[in-house]
Amino acid sequence: MEIKEGYFYTKEHEWVKIEGDTAKIGITDYAQHKLGDITFVEPPENGKEISAGSAVTGVESVKAASDIYSPISGKVSGFNEALENEPGLINESPYDSGWILEVKIKDESEKEKLLTAEAYREYTEGLE
Amino acid sequence: MAKFTPHTDEQIKEMLEVIGAGSVDELFKDIPEDLKAKEFNLPAGMTENEALKTMKNLAGMNKKYYVSFLGGGFYDHYIPAVVDSVSSKPEFFTAYTPYQPEASQGTLQAIFEYQTMTAKLTGLDVANASLYDGGTALYEAVVMAVRSTRRTKIVVDEGVNPLFRRMLKAHIKNLDIQRVNIKTAGIKPDKEKMLDEIDENTAAVIAANPNFFGHIDDYSGVFEKASEKGAVSILNFYPISLGVLKTPGEMGADIAVGEGQSLGLPLSFGGPYLGIMTASKKYARKLPGRIAGETTDSEGKRAYVLTLQAREQHIKREKATSNICSNQALCALRAAVYMSLLGRQGFRDTAIINMERAGKLREGFKRINGMKVMSGVFFNEFAVEVKGGSKAFVNKMLAKGFVAGMPAGLFYIDKEDVLVVNATEKRTDNEINGFLAAAREVMR
Amino acid sequence: MKNIFEISVKGRKGFDPGEADENILEKIDKSLLRKGELVLPEISEFDAVRHYMRLGRRNFSVDENFYPLGSCTMKYNPRVNETAASISGFASMHPLMSYIDEASVQGALEVIYNLSFLLCEITGMKKITTQPYAGAHGELAGIMLMAAYHRKKGNNKKHIIVPESAHGTNPASAAAAGYDVVSVPVDESGDMDIEAFRAVIGPETAGVMMTVPSTLGVFEKNVSGIAELARENDALMYYDGANLNAIMGRVKPGEIGFDIIHMNLHKTFAAPHGGGGPGSGVVGVSEKLSGFIPVPEVIKTPGGMYGLNFNVKDSIGMLASFFGNFGVLLKAYTYILMLGKEGLVDATEKAVLNANYIMKKLKPYYDLPYDRLCMHECVFSAKKQAAKGVRALDIAKALIERGIHPPTVYFPLVVEEAMMIEPTETESKEEIDIFIEAMEEIARLAENEPERIKNAPAGMPITRPDETKAARELKLTCL
Repeated sequence: MEIKEGYFYTKEHEWVKIEGDTAKIGITDYAQHKLGDITFVEPPENGKEISAGSAVTGVESVKAASDIYSPISGKVSGFNEALENEPGLINESPYDSGWILEVKIKDESEKEKLLTAEAYREYTEGLE
Repeated sequence: MAKFTPHTDEQIKEMLEVIGAGSVDELFKDIPEDLKAKEFNLPAGMTENEALKTMKNLAGMNKKYYVSFLGGGFYDHYIPAVVDSVSSKPEFFTAYTPYQPEASQGTLQAIFEYQTMTAKLTGLDVANASLYDGGTALYEAVVMAVRSTRRTKIVVDEGVNPLFRRMLKAHIKNLDIQRVNIKTAGIKPDKEKMLDEIDENTAAVIAANPNFFGHIDDYSGVFEKASEKGAVSILNFYPISLGVLKTPGEMGADIAVGEGQSLGLPLSFGGPYLGIMTASKKYARKLPGRIAGETTDSEGKRAYVLTLQAREQHIKREKATSNICSNQALCALRAAVYMSLLGRQGFRDTAIINMERAGKLREGFKRINGMKVMSGVFFNEFAVEVKGGSKAFVNKMLAKGFVAGMPAGLFYIDKEDVLVVNATEKRTDNEINGFLAAAREVMR
Repeated sequence: MKNIFEISVKGRKGFDPGEADENILEKIDKSLLRKGELVLPEISEFDAVRHYMRLGRRNFSVDENFYPLGSCTMKYNPRVNETAASISGFASMHPLMSYIDEASVQGALEVIYNLSFLLCEITGMKKITTQPYAGAHGELAGIMLMAAYHRKKGNNKKHIIVPESAHGTNPASAAAAGYDVVSVPVDESGDMDIEAFRAVIGPETAGVMMTVPSTLGVFEKNVSGIAELARENDALMYYDGANLNAIMGRVKPGEIGFDIIHMNLHKTFAAPHGGGGPGSGVVGVSEKLSGFIPVPEVIKTPGGMYGLNFNVKDSIGMLASFFGNFGVLLKAYTYILMLGKEGLVDATEKAVLNANYIMKKLKPYYDLPYDRLCMHECVFSAKKQAAKGVRALDIAKALIERGIHPPTVYFPLVVEEAMMIEPTETESKEEIDIFIEAMEEIARLAENEPERIKNAPAGMPITRPDETKAARELKLTCL
């Protein structure tokens, strides 16, 4: 199972990549394995104000559905439209072309609460 | 007493021994004593013969009139014998939801074909496997619209069947949805008012064609404005009429819902019926309930499965598109058999015959004293103003053995004089002539 | 196999409805008529009969296959029920006659009234509404009743408590009526975790939905305590009757603290499942909710006539166009008439006997997460087999290959690799033994030759379908 260095993580198995004032968000390799083949990603409401930890959208696989919780507060500013036709990108490339949404960060200090790659690795190992 | 448990005393003993229990009672020992029922006052059982006799006696207490012109959203159409024959095959009626595709290709393919036929009939792209009835289908469509637009106002034409509107009202009572009812102008929709009410807060606009009074209209303009404002257009349709009438799809509706009873289901005092729902492609993933989809098996052969299950309650629980689990599958099967049996030509011909029968009846009404056929365009049901009130007229006709139609005053306080009359392909010249003669007498 | 459009031949006609005069359409403005051609099959009557005959052969059904689908109560459907529902005096009745001429529908109303009376006695409830069309619709009705009750009392309620082991319809129904859902775990014996329950119940709790016996097949021992806590908080107790087949004649939900119950007439009372429906989700309520039931209510007047009462003061309104799935009510009523008191008690006893027998016999082969007496169904886990790479789904497919419909798999969610087995009372020991042998054989194969299971089923109309493809490349119609 891959965990990418330089990203932040959450216990909900999501990753965050900070690019300036924007947070790019996706689900981890661990999560895509658990869910199985992703069949649909609900486009989030663009411009919606969200607080950290609240559900912002959802993904569906053949036999499961999972909410995507925003790891960070802010405003939804982008969605990976390639997922509309190719939701499988999440399975093939969870950390790159399978990213899900972007959020304009409201409070930069929140990133302190996120897990580092190291901490996330430890967390997932504890789950097995 | 009839009984359907095959256990012999010997077997019960053997089974208890395996379990390690001394008696059947012991198997219930997890139930705390104080929770056990003190008494169970049910009558003793009957033999099959006695039970059936009881049922026949009860059925016999229902009065059968000579001939009926009652519609009101539920119609007396002819049901070809093949429909009963297929739906009474135990391979269909004693199966359950096709969760295991390898053991359920029959049901799945039948649903898939049903979806195709209902989608084509309504001129839309996709359909689900069925909902409970016309009214609950309307409610589900409204919930779909509210969710996908994230808006809360709905605009409802009062020409939509009042029973369905009452059901809608009850079902959305605890949800944040504001209903705006648009009064009809006479028996026709007030399309200007509907247009005025469609705004940026509107989730859905809802109309029926034909409406409750039988009047046919074109809602294209209303739906166009809805689309401009980002609202969802919902059309409640009458399946048989779509043999000839402009389809919901052709009018620009996003979702079409209808009571499917007319497609091969007996009237059966209100059910089981069939809620049909079809929609344009972009709503496919928002549909409530089961949906069959085509795929391939591991050897590349065509196969059918229940698809998009992640929308459903057994996976998404409180976030599901609907709570529906059991639907009206066998009724959908009957509808599929009905539609495929009538086919392209027979379905259209049936619609035309309905129109012709009602037309003949309408002409007759025009020549009766104190009766005024209301202005409108009609399919197989139409509205008449009856001098002295429609309820009184219906009562007098009952005494002569005829059910004369639906007194609109039962549902619309300002329409005490209006009678809604229906004639299907089943009504013969003799029946229509006899009815008109009796009506003339009553109105003399 | 070809689909119905592929067997269609241009110009072929099936059913002939009679002479149709196209000219009549000229009387109507063209803008009101359909432009696109009506696309329906073009087949003969015989083509239709063959097509559906062939489809039927591609199904498992209770009549042909042992069908131990947990929570679904796939018992035998007595044929006389079908005969009763098709009596013309019922089948041809227009429901609006109840609005136009009550005197003409006395027999039908009497059926509804009598059935309601019997179901009240079976459940210990005060009133019944037959309107809900299916179990989930009954649940929605139940939550709507709760909402109406709390609104009337001015209670500010926000959420419904549902145990984790509940059917998915429970949380979905609660949400559909506007409530939040709070889920409570089960403890190691399969009962609701009472401490966790205590922690979440409070003044904002509108109701508690319970399935008794639970979906783990065990009788909830804490039910009185739970009901008492609910009462203290003016929260209503909801009984999901999916498993009513386990307690008939032994426990009456209305007597042990429940305010609302839905029954699945297609499960407990032997109406057929129809390939997915129609069912009937009749709802019963206690005294305190009697004033909230849907209208019209079927009543008996002092004069002995049956009629409709629209004046239920705090009614939640109309949930069905008329009286629910009346045809299904007829089947359930016929069934109850035939079985009577002794028959219903016997049905429950044999259902529980069959389930315990299976549980005991399969225990050496499969992991049993809750090892205690079960009620009408038992839940195993395929954990042991999964370690060898054989999952519950593989076991299901291997059963299909052996002509047996699989149990419910992957539910309840609280059991890993769950297999929920409900044999029902109408299966004989002989049939059950065949199932047990098949399960034993599959367990042995999983141990020694797992590959032989992973490609199952062979010999069916299809092998395993590609469900990912179905959901990604949506194809929902033939054309």
